[in-house]
Amino acid sequence: MAYDAQAVRRLVRRGKQWDKVFVIIGLLCLMVGVLTLAVLLAGLVHDGAGRLNWDFFSNFPSRRAARAGILSALVGSSLVMLVTALAAIPLGIAAGVYLEEYARRNWVTEIIEINVTNLAGVPSIVYGLLALGLFVYGLGLGQSILTAGLTLALLILPVIIVSTREAIRAIPGSIREGAYALGSTRWQTVRDHVVPYSTGGILTGVIIGLARAIGETAPIITIGALTFIAFLPPAPVTGDFPFISFEWLTSPFTVMPIQMFNWLSRPQVAFQENAAAAGMVLVVMTLVMNAAAIWLRVRYRKRIKW
Amino acid sequence: MNTASTAIQSDRFSHRALRHWGERLIEGLLFLAAFSAVAVTVAIIGILFYESLSFFEHVPLRDFLTDTQWTIMFADKHYGIAPLVAGTLTTTGVALLLAVPVGTVTAIYLSEFAGYRTREIVKPVLELLAGIPTVVFGYFALLMVTPALQWFMPDLPGFNMLGPGLVIGIMIIPYVSSVAEDAMRAVPMHMREGSYAMGATRLQTALKVVMPAATSGVVAAYILGISRAIGETMVVAVAAGQQPNFTFDPRESGATITAYIVQVALGDLPHGSLEYQSIFAAGLVLVLMTLLFNVLGHLVRKRFREAY
Repeated sequence: MAYDAQAVRRLVRRGKQWDKVFVIIGLLCLMVGVLTLAVLLAGLVHDGAGRLNWDFFSNFPSRRAARAGILSALVGSSLVMLVTALAAIPLGIAAGVYLEEYARRNWVTEIIEINVTNLAGVPSIVYGLLALGLFVYGLGLGQSILTAGLTLALLILPVIIVSTREAIRAIPGSIREGAYALGSTRWQTVRDHVVPYSTGGILTGVIIGLARAIGETAPIITIGALTFIAFLPPAPVTGDFPFISFEWLTSPFTVMPIQMFNWLSRPQVAFQENAAAAGMVLVVMTLVMNAAAIWLRVRYRKRIKW
Repeated sequence: MNTASTAIQSDRFSHRALRHWGERLIEGLLFLAAFSAVAVTVAIIGILFYESLSFFEHVPLRDFLTDTQWTIMFADKHYGIAPLVAGTLTTTGVALLLAVPVGTVTAIYLSEFAGYRTREIVKPVLELLAGIPTVVFGYFALLMVTPALQWFMPDLPGFNMLGPGLVIGIMIIPYVSSVAEDAMRAVPMHMREGSYAMGATRLQTALKVVMPAATSGVVAAYILGISRAIGETMVVAVAAGQQPNFTFDPRESGATITAYIVQVALGDLPHGSLEYQSIFAAGLVLVLMTLLFNVLGHLVRKRFREAY
């Protein structure tokens, strides 16, 4: 017999050894990302933790590093996010609902779908150029909170559209058929059944989109946001009638990532400590939002069984 | 009695007509929302072309394409896009040299070797990595990675393209690995079973059966990574030095297209000036580059698409 049990066993053993070697390489590669995250966070804490105190949150930027704070950036980021959310969420959900529930299979729909996919791949700074040409100078909105909010809204629109579509697609047709059978119109079906049942998935997309928007720097710099703001925009709520003011929409502003970038591009070590501290705040904000999105997704995936 | 029933009926009809028009109105509004994606694309292309046209009225296209100096901010002006493209390709190249192997191995490991629990834990962590603001990665590149590299390479300047390139590589690992993993997991189980039945090991199955079957998806993952790396802005703006430099040596400092746009936007640039127009021309080149890779990816995917 030409077959040699010994040789076959050797072959098998060698194959298994290669499997083990690859497992080790695979784990190492996994660790590249995880370890980087750990080193990055540890570095930020090491450099910036000393600056994190109440004054840092309640002071305006200053020429003296030790007195500088992030108040105007925090307020600016919040207001910009407010505009972004108000613009992107309705628009994104409406677009997702249209594509999933209404659109007929024709070339118009196809063009829209190709566009949504392509927009997701457009570099974020290009949105800044669009906003600079269109919002700042074309429509004359200036370098305002409104411009920044709308820019980021366009940027995260594809994220919200795609997640809305995925969430809606997961809802079985029987739900719609039930609603139609009782005489609901298409809009009633969508409004009372399809959208409410897909809230979990939509919300996940919205949070991921907003987390991305809050960390975006390039488009905001491109529209010409100022980097040194030592005042707050006018308050949205006033003491006099009609109690709500929209003046803040046109106010100059700065946001967290720009504040950090500004400190980062100064050579003094003291400012770089500020940058690290601002980075910590920024990372905590985005990590909390992303973690919330991941948690939501896991929760909804487990809970709903159609 | 007869009249009463007609009245009810006409009432019902008018109600229905109203409902019908309400439905049409809502459908129209929803369509407009969806169409906004097309409007954004058209606006991007329109703005980039419009402002670039005024740029190319001042700058001959030939100079733009062939000159190897980009010195718009200086008195002696040169308008060659080549240094910015070189910077972009260099950082992208460094990023890919890191992200492609690491991302691919991670994807193979997660899809073929890792247990359910590992996958459920590791994937979210990688997603978190993708969620870190890029300006923070800029901090990481400038103040942590470059000093670490200088420890090995004492001659490395404080601003270089190697550090930012590596950091961009780490940033795009999650994109590459998750898309590639999805593609590998989509390979039907019976192909693996066939392979195991022939006596292949896990690694042999992964490399010789799953990888070839998932080629189109894996290539799509690489293309996505390339697009991200080309468009990445803050890491290079912070850590690469912002010096347009016609070199492909990652140890030198350099500027990418995106870093140039940031640099100009930070200055006080008057509307309609040549600098103002130049960032749109640079943006146009950036968009064309990403578009080129996207089309390339599409073609490759078509070429390698496997039917199971």
